Amino acid sequence: MASLIGFYSLIFGLCLSFIIIFYSVRNFKDSMVFDNKIIFSTFLQFFFVIVSFLGLILSFVYSDFSNETVFNNSHTTKPLFYKISGTWGNHEGSLLLWLLVLTLFIFLFLIKSKDQSKKYRILTLLFQQVIIMGFFIFLIKTSNPFNYIFPIPKEGLGLNPILQDPALAIHPPILYLGYVGSSIIFSSTLAATSLNYISKEWAKHLKQWVLISWIFLTLGILLGSVWAYYELGWGGFWFWDPVENVSLMPWLALTTLLHCILVLEKRLTLTSWVVILSISTFTLSMCGTFLVRSGILNSIHTFANDPERGLFILIFLFCLIFLSLFIFFFFHKNNDKNVDSFFWLSKETSILVNNWFMMYFLSVVLIGTVYPIFLEVISSEKISVGPPFYNKLIIPFLIPFLLAMAIGPKLKWIKSDLQDKKYLILFFIISFLLSIFIIKILNINFLLNTILVTSAFYLFFITLRDFFTKKFKNLSQNISHFGFSLLILSILFNNIFSNEIITNLKVGETFQSEKFKINFENIEKRNDQNFLAIIGKLKIESLNGNIETLRPEIRIYNQPNITTSEADIKTNLLTDKFMTMNFIQNQDYFNIRYQVKPFMIWIWFSVLIISFGGLLSLLQKRYEN
Amino acid sequence: MYGRKVKLRFFFVLLILITLILSVYLILKSLEENVVYFQSPTEIKILPEIEKKKIRVGGMVKNNSLSMGAKEIKFIITDFKNEINVIYSGLVPNLFTEGKGVVAEGYLKDKNFFLATKILAKHDENYMPPEVKAALEEK
Repeated sequence: MASLIGFYSLIFGLCLSFIIIFYSVRNFKDSMVFDNKIIFSTFLQFFFVIVSFLGLILSFVYSDFSNETVFNNSHTTKPLFYKISGTWGNHEGSLLLWLLVLTLFIFLFLIKSKDQSKKYRILTLLFQQVIIMGFFIFLIKTSNPFNYIFPIPKEGLGLNPILQDPALAIHPPILYLGYVGSSIIFSSTLAATSLNYISKEWAKHLKQWVLISWIFLTLGILLGSVWAYYELGWGGFWFWDPVENVSLMPWLALTTLLHCILVLEKRLTLTSWVVILSISTFTLSMCGTFLVRSGILNSIHTFANDPERGLFILIFLFCLIFLSLFIFFFFHKNNDKNVDSFFWLSKETSILVNNWFMMYFLSVVLIGTVYPIFLEVISSEKISVGPPFYNKLIIPFLIPFLLAMAIGPKLKWIKSDLQDKKYLILFFIISFLLSIFIIKILNINFLLNTILVTSAFYLFFITLRDFFTKKFKNLSQNISHFGFSLLILSILFNNIFSNEIITNLKVGETFQSEKFKINFENIEKRNDQNFLAIIGKLKIESLNGNIETLRPEIRIYNQPNITTSEADIKTNLLTDKFMTMNFIQNQDYFNIRYQVKPFMIWIWFSVLIISFGGLLSLLQKRYEN
Repeated sequence: MYGRKVKLRFFFVLLILITLILSVYLILKSLEENVVYFQSPTEIKILPEIEKKKIRVGGMVKNNSLSMGAKEIKFIITDFKNEINVIYSGLVPNLFTEGKGVVAEGYLKDKNFFLATKILAKHDENYMPPEVKAALEEK
């Protein structure tokens, strides 16, 4: 029943698209006032998608296995929380969520943009409707979440256990708010370009949407990363896996856009940058969806390999790119000329420098992700591009990037002198000495490390000092830059100080290394709602006599029959102690991995600080208005 | 007569071009160095020479070939035409077992011995690395 309502809501939603387009086109031509029918129908469309989404959630909650999606991804013994989160833990449901966010954002846009011109609002709506219709058709035609199956199965196939996790339950909605939120940036930029509407006020208005999208995308990536850290058992937080890269690429584009739009707001230059970045952010999001959903990249996000789906997204993607390029080349008028140009040492230059660095990072990630796919298509050779590639190409360029990040915000618009030179140099010397000191102690006399740590410390101290200088006004920017320096520092120290032991142990055995003694005391079994847990008890004795007991788990799920390992992590402010245990069938040995990972919590925390800076900027905007 | 502005712009464009060319060169070069190729046991058998580069070997873990010690794990990867001995010490993914697909990353000692540095994790029992699938389909 819920499925039926859900399905018809989708059809109604699609029909409303036509109604909205009809009203909009009529309204665009004649009267001067914005037609309220349009807002009402947009709300109605949003409402129908919500109904449809609730219908799917209800089918999951009541385990209605006549629904194919529920049958494929749910099970009666699954805890209620994961029944609900299972709604978007599959291809069909997550696309419905995608649609929900699309309609939510256009509705919010219409009610929040009342002070903008009528034509601009209508045109934005029209562009957004093109995207919405594309996804409606995609959903109904190739991935209907409400397919009926007969005879009705007694039991479902269950949700992949590694998705049964709190962080991963909220990761998709948060990520989508950022990922799909960029659609509104795309639509409004296209609308503004075709109407030649780009102005300082427009930039101010668009900045809010960029910020919202950026905050959620940052948090979404953070959640995914945290999940990968404790669930996949590798003990890392970023693997340069293609699936991670496709979320990083829109983030890089969006971050660059955020900086450009500041320039546009204050100085009305870099308009082409803004237009191109708005287009590329959403295009990269779509590309990510295509790569992940078409089955080209194999990952936890690939739910079903259906070539038809991939083809649909690809064609749709090309249409959107074609449309936006057409608008860019035929309608975009570069109005930079009527503004005085800027000098070498100015805020504009520093933001341009930031742009070029970001574009470089973006192209490195893009090539690393896409090149293996192309090579396989062209020469059927199978390759993979791993962390060394990215480390080599990105890390050296982080050094000037960090330095520019410290000095850039100090510059003024148009023409500037560096003020407080004494402080800038003093801080540089302090950071340099501090890094040499740290690297020397560690005995890893490595040139790159010293310079890298120096530049990270430099940004750290400069931004830290700026918190206490009152004449400095841009608090949100300072917070985010401070967060970034903290992130880089934590990652560096995390890499430098990490310790790892991998060994095979039988129950009762003891492993002795230079630094720790690991004693495998016993294992016990525990039955849970939908899995059997084997819990190991391991005592770790470090050199200075500290004893820590860790209890890593192996979980054997009933449906689907999958084994996962749950890491046991002891977290404190300085280090994480991380242990996973695996077993191999028919062997007495357990595969034990013990890691000491310093500053893990600071990595998460600094990303929170970065996004908090964005939030503050958004709220300040509201407050000023 | 070119003004100062035009000259500046010219240098700016030149600078961008040089940077672009340099970065593309850099990217392509390190791509060449850091790429890991995938090979099946059969492909290894017909290699003209053993390279020192890191590669990936994929196939099935042969039945009754797995033996585990305190330090290392030994097993045989087969693509049902040829096989290769693998020695590995490190973390083993949960679904690693005899008769299932596996992808190992590491270095060739010779054509019959492979020193693995990493065994790639799989996410569920139906999932098979695309390389293994392709290797099995070829058979």
